[in-house]
Amino acid sequence: MKSAVIVFPGSNCDRDLAVALEKVTGRAPAMVWHREAELPDGTDLIALPGGFSYGDYLRSGAMAARSPIMRAVVDAAGRGVPVLGICNGFQVLTETGLLPGALMRNAKLNFVSRSVALKVENTQTLFTSGYNAGEVIHIPVAHHDGNYQADADTLDKLESTGRVAFRYAEEVNGSARSIAGIVNEAGNVLGMMPHPERAIEPAHGSTDGLRLFQGLLETVNA
Amino acid sequence: MKARVFVTLKPGVLDPQGKAIHHALEGLGFGGVNDVRAGKLIELDLADGTSDSEIEEMCRKLLANTVIENFRVERPSTGSGQS
Repeated sequence: MKSAVIVFPGSNCDRDLAVALEKVTGRAPAMVWHREAELPDGTDLIALPGGFSYGDYLRSGAMAARSPIMRAVVDAAGRGVPVLGICNGFQVLTETGLLPGALMRNAKLNFVSRSVALKVENTQTLFTSGYNAGEVIHIPVAHHDGNYQADADTLDKLESTGRVAFRYAEEVNGSARSIAGIVNEAGNVLGMMPHPERAIEPAHGSTDGLRLFQGLLETVNA
Repeated sequence: MKARVFVTLKPGVLDPQGKAIHHALEGLGFGGVNDVRAGKLIELDLADGTSDSEIEEMCRKLLANTVIENFRVERPSTGSGQS
């Protein structure tokens, strides 16, 4: 698998994500700076890391979503290339319109940084085949703006079409219907607030995140 | 030429920041506040001749996230337009 991690000024989980991708795929991802206009040839997975791109100016992810490389990411997503956005990466994906809704300030205004219980809602996506349906996994979150909101019609549609990949199994940030991660209509773009790259070693306290990358690798190579 | 863009959360969208401000006002003893909604004011210094539609496009493409926010543009010459 030839993966690429997009790096924005203010990204801070890009190296963790690269470590996770290299561990699973056996190949270091290309680190692609936001000013690039093109992705490396043959990129078959794009990962948008967590962090605070552009200092969260204007809105979280708003500036990054308009950076030159994102045009190439949107084009690649349209061609079916898998795109994984974690935390700030999820915020960037909603700001580009690749995923519906918006991530707003946590309902209690607090920065939440801890391991949370997540329910895997749909194991039929590109990204979640490593899990069992309905399984509860433990992955850390670390965010201030993770409160997922969309209008009721959008939420109904996400739920009725199996596009909710992960739901919080506990109260975390006020997200509508406890949504922690969603996929796009075509199923090749996942945005999630929790950090699977921070749960890939026993020393992390959980290896539940590793299975996301392993499942993704198997699906993409299948 | 200057224009002012007011970005506000759509009615019904939860505003935790506004709620916190409301709470703080009550803590200071201001009892008569029914509700608080926080927004943004963005001042644009524009080349003469920038059209209303260009400013609106700036709002739609970047300044506001129209999933959750409304915007209103105030220009001294033309008064205000609203989305």
